[in-house]
Amino acid sequence: MIQYIIRRLIHTVFVVLAISLIVFFSIRLTGDPVAIMFQAGEPTKEAIEEVRENLGLNEPLIVQYGIFMKQLITFDLGESFRSGLPVSTMIAERMGPTVLLALGGILVAILIAFPVGILSAVKRGTAVDFFGRIFSLLGISFPNFWLGIMLIIVFAVQLQWFPASGYDGWKSLVLPSIALGMILSGILARLVRSSMLEILNQQYISTAKSKGIKDWVVIIRHAFRNALIPTTTFLGIQFGSLLGGTVIIEQVFSWPGVGRMIIDAINQRDYPVIQGGVIVLAMLMILVNLIVDLSYSFLDPRIKVGGSDK
Amino acid sequence: MQQGAAVQNEKSQSARPLFLRLKRSVKFFFRNFSGFLGLFLVIVSVSAALFADYIAPMEAGQASLSARLDPPSWADETGESTFLLGADQLGRDMLSRIIYGAQISIKVGFFGVLIAMILGTIMGLISGYFGKWMDDLIMRLADIQLAFPFILFAIIVMSVLGPGIWKIIIILGITNWVGFARVIRGQVISLKEMEYVQAAHAVGGSHFRIIRKHVLPNVLSSILVLATLYIAEFILLEASLTFLGLGVDPTIPSWGGMLADSRNYITSAWWTATFPGFAIMLTVLGFNLFGDWLRDKLDPNLKV
Repeated sequence: MIQYIIRRLIHTVFVVLAISLIVFFSIRLTGDPVAIMFQAGEPTKEAIEEVRENLGLNEPLIVQYGIFMKQLITFDLGESFRSGLPVSTMIAERMGPTVLLALGGILVAILIAFPVGILSAVKRGTAVDFFGRIFSLLGISFPNFWLGIMLIIVFAVQLQWFPASGYDGWKSLVLPSIALGMILSGILARLVRSSMLEILNQQYISTAKSKGIKDWVVIIRHAFRNALIPTTTFLGIQFGSLLGGTVIIEQVFSWPGVGRMIIDAINQRDYPVIQGGVIVLAMLMILVNLIVDLSYSFLDPRIKVGGSDK
Repeated sequence: MQQGAAVQNEKSQSARPLFLRLKRSVKFFFRNFSGFLGLFLVIVSVSAALFADYIAPMEAGQASLSARLDPPSWADETGESTFLLGADQLGRDMLSRIIYGAQISIKVGFFGVLIAMILGTIMGLISGYFGKWMDDLIMRLADIQLAFPFILFAIIVMSVLGPGIWKIIIILGITNWVGFARVIRGQVISLKEMEYVQAAHAVGGSHFRIIRKHVLPNVLSSILVLATLYIAEFILLEASLTFLGLGVDPTIPSWGGMLADSRNYITSAWWTATFPGFAIMLTVLGFNLFGDWLRDKLDPNLKV
């Protein structure tokens, strides 16, 4: 187990290294960042020189990368061109709302997908199952930002039940969480359904039933508990795409999170902020995946992760 | 009992062949309903893209300031609006722009998937067939790719490169090969041990010949299923990026771009936000339904 954790940590370090390389060079290889930054206005020679100096662009590329990595290790992500604030402070401020939104999305997905998936599996082949499956297919077929806009039109503009934007109390969290969680609930419902079906065929389910245990107790205590294992893994893997989703949903609902910070930074060509935001989000995802992988064995003692890592 | 039913079946078949044949085809239709519905939606969106010049009632860029934000004709109380799906903030016909918008989505879907498919197939074949260090290398690359969310990578690259349809297509293509590579690798590993492949090897077939003649034909159905489902995915991703202002040039009519424009008018003009979204949803649903159906028919064990 310990050996496995160490191997995974080493692996994680490599992935982070690769990602920092990709981020660093994709900005620099696609052209001179300073030239792109000043595309809109007419900069003075001094302004260009100052930015180059600030960015350390006068050094050779390898040296630049070395400096970048050295700063990264000490969580120094540079300073924003716009505000002059350290990027790490800006991210720390905005991480709370983003994580809150992501958790809200997961909660919505679970609240919808578990009942739908369980009912679909238990009532397999009936109308309930049919509608459940239609729902999950529809769930993955529309863009989440469009759902966000539709929710705003109906529940904020017409009915005025929830605010259309902003970050102010639990009410403002409802609509963005639904917009974010809906797609995930579609995929999750399918997964819950198929894992429930697999488990409901097992002998221990028939045994439990034959002992006269009530149907719903069998379904929840015996079947659903085991269906939770693949589901948790899946939620961990999906956490990444959920974070990606927050970038767009934050834009729709003017949510003050990391995603919106990145998009604002793009519009202002604020490279250190884009770079830092993307790297931190990516690292957060990798960390979550690592935790999920390690938690397998706690959820299901039969799994020995040390044995094989695939 | 069974025999009896069969005899009776035969009898009625000779008595009312037309009715039975009809019944059987109706049954066939309903059993494959999702596939037909998917194919229908796919055909509609692809023909909208191909024949936009002939179908669209107006040119996509034709603006008229007097028609600014005109509601759909059937929802207009004054009865002045002539637009079936309303007009946008520049008085352009929404329906025409949605039809032209299909061109972007379909183009991105098909060409993006083509690149991802070719890249992923090559990687999967090499990784599965040759194994050893090449397999290790490619699978580590895949891990890295999977750990890095696409949308973040696209944001970085597109923010530097600026909008453009071919940039989107290439980025989607080169960052989504892993799905293809993994599935193909898995199948090739088991195919490699098949007797006929070993036999082909024993009689001196070259690696290239074996891959082309014996391996590739056997993974084609999985590739086809994956490609269909990935088209749906790519259409959604392109719309998201264009919505953020990082995808297709905002002057070209695209569904994501129309939704981005609509954001300023959601309190006054619901139709500008509603219809482009439906276009995306129906197209993506079409490819998803059709892809699911294909998988059930061709490759029921495929995990996507």
